[in-house]
Formats: sequence, C-alpha cells, structure tokens
Amino acid sequence: MEMTTLFIAIASMGGLGLLFSAGLSVAEKKLHVEEDHRIAKIIEELPGANCGGCSYPGCAKFAEVVVAGEAEINGCPVSDDEARKAIGEILGVDVESGEKQIARLMCQGGNFETAKKAHYAGIKSCLGASVFGGGEKMCEYACLGFGECVEACTFDAMYMNDNGLPVIIEDKCTGCRKCAEVCPQNIIEMHPESHKLFVFCKNLDGAKTARKVCLKACLACGICVRNVEEGQMEMKDNLAQVNYNGFGKEAKLPTDKCPTDCLAVVGKPVIDEPAEKVEA
Amino acid sequence: MSLLLLFLSAAIVNNFVLTYFLGICPFVGVSKRVSSAVSMGMAVMFVMTITAAVTWLIYHLLLVPFKIEILEYVSFILVIASLVQLVEMFIKKMSKPLYDTLGIYLPLITTNCAILGLALFSVLREYSFIESLVFGIGAGAGFTLALVLMAGIREELELSNVPKPFKGAGITMIVAGSLALAFMGFAGLI
Repeated sequence: MEMTTLFIAIASMGGLGLLFSAGLSVAEKKLHVEEDHRIAKIIEELPGANCGGCSYPGCAKFAEVVVAGEAEINGCPVSDDEARKAIGEILGVDVESGEKQIARLMCQGGNFETAKKAHYAGIKSCLGASVFGGGEKMCEYACLGFGECVEACTFDAMYMNDNGLPVIIEDKCTGCRKCAEVCPQNIIEMHPESHKLFVFCKNLDGAKTARKVCLKACLACGICVRNVEEGQMEMKDNLAQVNYNGFGKEAKLPTDKCPTDCLAVVGKPVIDEPAEKVEA
Repeated sequence: MSLLLLFLSAAIVNNFVLTYFLGICPFVGVSKRVSSAVSMGMAVMFVMTITAAVTWLIYHLLLVPFKIEILEYVSFILVIASLVQLVEMFIKKMSKPLYDTLGIYLPLITTNCAILGLALFSVLREYSFIESLVFGIGAGAGFTLALVLMAGIREELELSNVPKPFKGAGITMIVAGSLALAFMGFAGLI
C-alpha cells in the first residue's frame, strides 16, 4: 500500500510538473520578449558581486541601465579599468573620461578643534545625534564623530582617528559613495582623484560665530580669493569655494595664507598636533 | 444569493489582508502609488482566480481519488508558481514599465501566503467548484481593495507633515493597523 502511494505521488506530481512546464514553454514562445544581447555580455564583464555600490539592485540591473544609457559605464565602483574598457567596447563608447572618484571629508573639526555645546548621551550614531539637537559640537555643520561612515564602508578604506574624525585611505577608496550617503551632515563629498586642494569646511556662519565654534572653520575672510587669479576661487554663502576648472597644476596655492588652515591640500596630515582646546 | 454573500465575505468582511493578515509583504511593498497598486491587485486577482479553479480540480480529481491529499501543499505551490511565471511573462510582454514598477513583488506573488491560504481555505470549507471560483475572485478583489486603499492613503501621506520618528515604515504600519481595525468592524455582518 505504502509503496503504491509513493509511486502515485511521484507520478502525479511529476506529471503535473511536466504539464505545467510544457504550458509555460509554449507561453514563453508566444510571449517572448527580445532582450538587448548586449545586456548579457555586459553582465559577464561585471564583477557579479551584486554589492549594490552602483545604487542599482545587482549587476544585472546595472547592465540594463547602462545599455539604456541611464548610467555611466564607470558607474560600477568595483570593476577595474579593463572591465570598463570591455564594457565600453561592447557599447562602442570610449571610456577615458571616467576619473576615479574619492570620498573626502569636508570637515576638520575634531574633538580638539571644536567647542562643545552639550554632553550628548543618546544613541551612539550620527543619525541619532543629528536628529537629537545636532550632536554635541557647537558647529552645527561639523562631523558628529560616531563613525557611521566607517561602518558603512565595505572596503576597509576608513577609520576613526584619535581626534574623532574619520580618515579616508585614498588607495583603498573605490568611490562607491556609501559613506557620503549615510552622513547626515552631508560633509563627505566625492571628488576626482586629481583634485587636491579643498576648503575643508562647510560652516556657513559669519566670521564671528565660525571662529567661536571651531578653530579650523572657514571665516569667509576672503584672503584666499585675493591670493589667486580671477575665477580660481570664489566666496559663496560665507564659504570659500575652489573652482577646479580654473586651477592649473602650477597655480600658486594660497594655503599658507589661510588663517585657520581650513584651505588645505590633501596628502598633508589633517592634523599635525592637537591645537589648543577652545573654551566653550 | 449565497454566491454574492460569499463574494462579499471574501472581499470585505473576511478580507485576506486586513482581517487574516495574509499577504502583508506586497501590501506594504507595492502600495506607494495607486496605479501600481491597481496593477498588482489585478495580477494577484488573476492568479487567485485561476488558482482557486485549478487547485479545486487538482484536489478533487487527482488528490482525493488517489488518496494523496497529503500532497496538497506541493501541488498547490506548483500551480501558483507556474501561474505567476505566466503572469510575469505576460506583463513583461505587455508593459515593461509596469514590470519594472512591480519589480521583485511580481515573482514574490509565488510566495504570497494569501494565495496558498485561499487554496487551502477552499479545501477546508469544502466549497464546490463554482463557490471556490467566486471565493477566489472575491479574495482577489479584497486584496486589490486593501492595496488601493493603502496606496491612496500613502499618496496623501507624502504631502502631509508626518512627525520625523514616524516617517516611512512607522506611519505605514500605523495606517495598516488602523485600516485593519476599521475592517474588523465588519466582523459578524455575514
């Protein structure tokens, strides 16, 4: 009895499965959608890790979007130059323009430089602190220092230094933007690797307030703008801005003129030695 | 008359989503826009109706005569999965944008417990073929109703000033709970 049940079960379920698969294969013939053959080729060139670094769900979707022309070929932060070139060949596009992007922290207000307005004892996360009164630093634009960006980094390219600021290791940064996306203060920006000169500050306060809240804040004094040629830098919303199109390699960099060292060149350590603590 | 009552009971009084809490995943996932909610509802309704009919046939013409009712889960899932594949092909052919909007939730109809629940309920309640067909249509209509109601509310929510801690998933859960409470009010009508 049991054995016959077993055979009946196998036969009936197998039969049903065959029946349905036959039906589906007929339907597939009738309802077949012609897909761009380039999509499959591009998927082969992609790393296939489905990491989501491109902001699309998986490599297959990214390939689809690239073929549709809605994403850059170098939109995949993980693929190397060779893979990008191969994808470019499939699409018949030249991929020279894509320079490597690197995340940069636009703040130098670590624990030593910024004054504290309160003692924050809430949940240890940047998002938590930003929702709850903007953290403990006087500067409302400053890095909150809980390292949410470091946690978000899947490439071990970031760590928190003793001064409570995240440090980005250029060689390891793939430009995937994950850190920039989680930062509630929006002070991590993506810049091409060749850009070395930055105003490491996002404080939009006037000079008096900015000076009070942070030793390394941009005071909007304008001395940098006066020391470069017309159009290379400008002052906007109480913040100096570097105009990268106007900067040649040989341009004299006015970093030593900056009274607060917020205009600086990457490569030089962000902090040499702890500055004197500011009184709140 | 009893068929109409059965339809209304499946669609409103014993709504699958808001009374039995089956199929919550697409209920939360695809209820951001009314238009995509309607399409999703239609897709589910189609799968539910056909499932109700086919599973009835399989149960009464195959499983019962051979005394292998134990295989109802396997065979029902087989039916549902094949139907979903069919719907997926059909939607992909007819409307690529709709296919993209529904995204992962379209293949996930396969594992939508509302549909398996429907098939199992109609076996449990010993419905006739016509009854289980009507039950399937009613359940599908109820699913669509719940989805569209939710989508309508969520479209309005996007314009309203939701307190920060409730933004996103939080307020969605609260709305779903209130909707379910409202539907509980129908209990006992039929």
